[in-house]
Amino acid sequence: MSSPVLSVSDLSVEFWVDGVWYPAANHINCEVEAGQTLAIVGESGSGKSTVAMAIMSLLASNARVTGSVKVKGEEVLGAPIQKLQKYRGKEVSYIFQEPMTALNPVYTIGFQIMETLRNHFDMGPSEAKARAIELISLVEIPDPERSVDKYPHQLSGGQRQRAMIAQALACDPALLIADEPTTALDVTVQAEILDLMRGLRSRLNSGILLITHDMGVVADMADEIMVMQSGNMVEHGTADQIFNRPNHPYTQQLLASVPKLGSTTMRVLDASQAAAKPVLKLSNVTIEYPKRGRIPAFVAVEDFSLEIFPGEIVGLVGESGSGKTTVGRASIGLLPIKSGRLEVVGQDISGATNKELRQIRRNTGIVFQDPASSLNPRLPIGESIGEPLYLAGIAKDKELDKMVEDLLASVELPRSYRNRYPHELSGGQRQRVGIARALALTPDILIADEPTSALDVSVQARFLELLQDLQSKLKFACLFISHDLGVVDILSHRIAVMQNGRLVEVGNRDQILKNPQDPYTQRLLSAVPVPDPAEQKIRREARLASK
Amino acid sequence: MAIFSRKKKVEEIVDGDIFNKETEGLSQGQIVLKRFFRHRGAMISLIVLFSLVIFVFSALGFKIFGIGYGGWWKYKITDLPTLRTDGCPIELPGCPTLNLIPGKHFGLGDHPFGQDDLGRDYFSLVMRGAERSLEVMVVIGLVAGALGIIVGALAGFYRGVVDATLMRLVDFIITVPVIVLGSVLGYHFGSKGVLFLALFLGLVSWGGLSRLVRGDFLTLREREFVDAARVAGASNRRIIFKHILPNAIGVIIVNVTLLMSGAILLEAALSYLGFGVVPPDVSLGLLISQYQDSFTTRPWLFWWPGLIIIMVALSVNFIGDGLRDAFDPRQRRRISRKDRAAERQSVDKK
Repeated sequence: MSSPVLSVSDLSVEFWVDGVWYPAANHINCEVEAGQTLAIVGESGSGKSTVAMAIMSLLASNARVTGSVKVKGEEVLGAPIQKLQKYRGKEVSYIFQEPMTALNPVYTIGFQIMETLRNHFDMGPSEAKARAIELISLVEIPDPERSVDKYPHQLSGGQRQRAMIAQALACDPALLIADEPTTALDVTVQAEILDLMRGLRSRLNSGILLITHDMGVVADMADEIMVMQSGNMVEHGTADQIFNRPNHPYTQQLLASVPKLGSTTMRVLDASQAAAKPVLKLSNVTIEYPKRGRIPAFVAVEDFSLEIFPGEIVGLVGESGSGKTTVGRASIGLLPIKSGRLEVVGQDISGATNKELRQIRRNTGIVFQDPASSLNPRLPIGESIGEPLYLAGIAKDKELDKMVEDLLASVELPRSYRNRYPHELSGGQRQRVGIARALALTPDILIADEPTSALDVSVQARFLELLQDLQSKLKFACLFISHDLGVVDILSHRIAVMQNGRLVEVGNRDQILKNPQDPYTQRLLSAVPVPDPAEQKIRREARLASK
Repeated sequence: MAIFSRKKKVEEIVDGDIFNKETEGLSQGQIVLKRFFRHRGAMISLIVLFSLVIFVFSALGFKIFGIGYGGWWKYKITDLPTLRTDGCPIELPGCPTLNLIPGKHFGLGDHPFGQDDLGRDYFSLVMRGAERSLEVMVVIGLVAGALGIIVGALAGFYRGVVDATLMRLVDFIITVPVIVLGSVLGYHFGSKGVLFLALFLGLVSWGGLSRLVRGDFLTLREREFVDAARVAGASNRRIIFKHILPNAIGVIIVNVTLLMSGAILLEAALSYLGFGVVPPDVSLGLLISQYQDSFTTRPWLFWWPGLIIIMVALSVNFIGDGLRDAFDPRQRRRISRKDRAAERQSVDKK
């Protein structure tokens, strides 16, 4: 047996914050062999990335690291900076989560790959360029000779991630650390990137340390899995052990909170509700982003028709750029529609004046995707929640205080949180504040724009429960926009699928998930990774065969 | 260590009964005010500045709407007492009589800040200069601040035609040199006095601020919380002033405090050109530029106005700091290095 490329023993990381050492990772032990994939799984804040950064010695200066990290038998911790510079990029390389921010926007991808190469090898520019082109074709970016001179913004999200991988592979590293490599990508692109990484692993025989929160991705890639919770390693075993015989309660809970397609009972709307007048009715709606300077007008949504009945939850799925969010924002009058007819609670919104719009908005609510951005950072949350009530003239002073308290209680937040600022809350709590604000005026229809995409799976599970509870209590209709079919599956009465601004398919859950008619829906479904290694293998092979 | 134990106590209380604790709802304004009053530097500066203003304005007296106060200092700026020679080195007549060393000569003396080359009492000159400079500073700060914020906010929020028009106006104002404008206007209206000068300076120095505010508004208006406020039914005015402006306050305060400190120097430069503060009236900037040659021989002519300028500029900056911190929820009280070292030791011992 060969010696491991990476062996971490008794690694602990602490951060000095506000006068206290906060432990971020405690006594981590793990090994990665050549050609193997170790996945570190855990929720945000569990210390996954901290471990990876410690391996690269890239931690902030307020960190204290103890233990030992050996790469190919050599100690890395405490090594002098010259040695580290030689080893970073050459022996160990890093694939970042967000390729748009990790690639320098003012240099071509070819330049950035060549830079890595020429830092580590005695290479001339033309030689380096030839190697860069070779790498770019290795990661299957089309037309490598021309792509090498492209800037990051000229590539699509998936291609950018491929360019990052090409850069990481430039020096044939023994170990590749991939920190959430597919989180920012759509499922279909994610499947392609994972296929690519799997192919490269067998070709280059390097070890991969995969960091992710997505159990589906883990099932697809990992040989071994390490589960982390608040800085501690709670379970470590082979993929088969972890998925099929999890020992630790946290692992079990984590696996249970992953939404699985088709696992819940189908929700059906009462006949009386379905017969009522729709609360939201879009007929042949086209939405266009107008021409700006030299940038031509862009049709984001075309000929879109959908009806939502009282008390119904309709899930709207599609990839990024498919126009889901545009539909959501237009539905509450944040975007003008170009043609067609959009009715909210029986009122036509397309030609409404500001005053009428304000009236219509009293009956609608919206939960935004990013709770960090949708709450005013300078307003205490109590005031954010109370604002719709105050502006609608429903309540003031003491009365308003009381209503804000009730709203906080209804989303299970302590009343004393009302004077806190958004940054003092966790992501899940912030999103609950978002819901409380959206429901303040007891709307007839709630637009939820990817409300769970910024949340961890277990937080997401609780959030979805809360949303279901509130919905059954308050009986509002809901347009639930998401890219995650699993989440939509749990919540929705009906599912609508969008592609490139068009509605491709709409139907109840069984129609869409079990018997999809449209080829795009079929492709979307087959790309969703399933948190079960054996099944995922079958699905993967089926997908590759159908190509 | 006191900080830590106090913090811990608070946490214990909070965690103990968090769900049932009655908490009074506070508005943004109330919280900001509370945090501002807790900012030690800002409060001290506020007191220093306030006392300085009272001291300066009462020294020589003032007259507003016919109600006047004569002032408690015995000399006026136009008085010409004889130059003091006894007690001073022979080559330095008119040296300060202020003596803070306990003993026979302890006390203010006749001319605590000394006399200038003509024998005028320097204390009265500095007091009058400070009056003028404070007036200029406040008027410039208010006029330029208000104009810059409003123009920048409107341009950034509405974009399009409004933005283009207002920004071309700003271009125009920025490109015309203040000194040239000042000297031309000073030639015609030089005798109108210091407030006229301040108003004029305020009217031409808001360009930079409005650019910065516009830039902040352009980014902030795209944030989702603005949409959220709109969905909640907020009007444009409310969105601008209640939602976006507090988020841009950091840039505004830094810029306005710089503007106010710069105003003193600008006023000195213009006064030198004969616009605004004309002799026998004085301002701090004018005093410094008049006596800069005396720095090596009679340094007190340089010290006293300099000291007051530093006091004013520092207090304004600290107050601005306090305001910015109060508006920014992310600011926490800083922990001193000593506490940090103590804490580290105690952790290491464990």
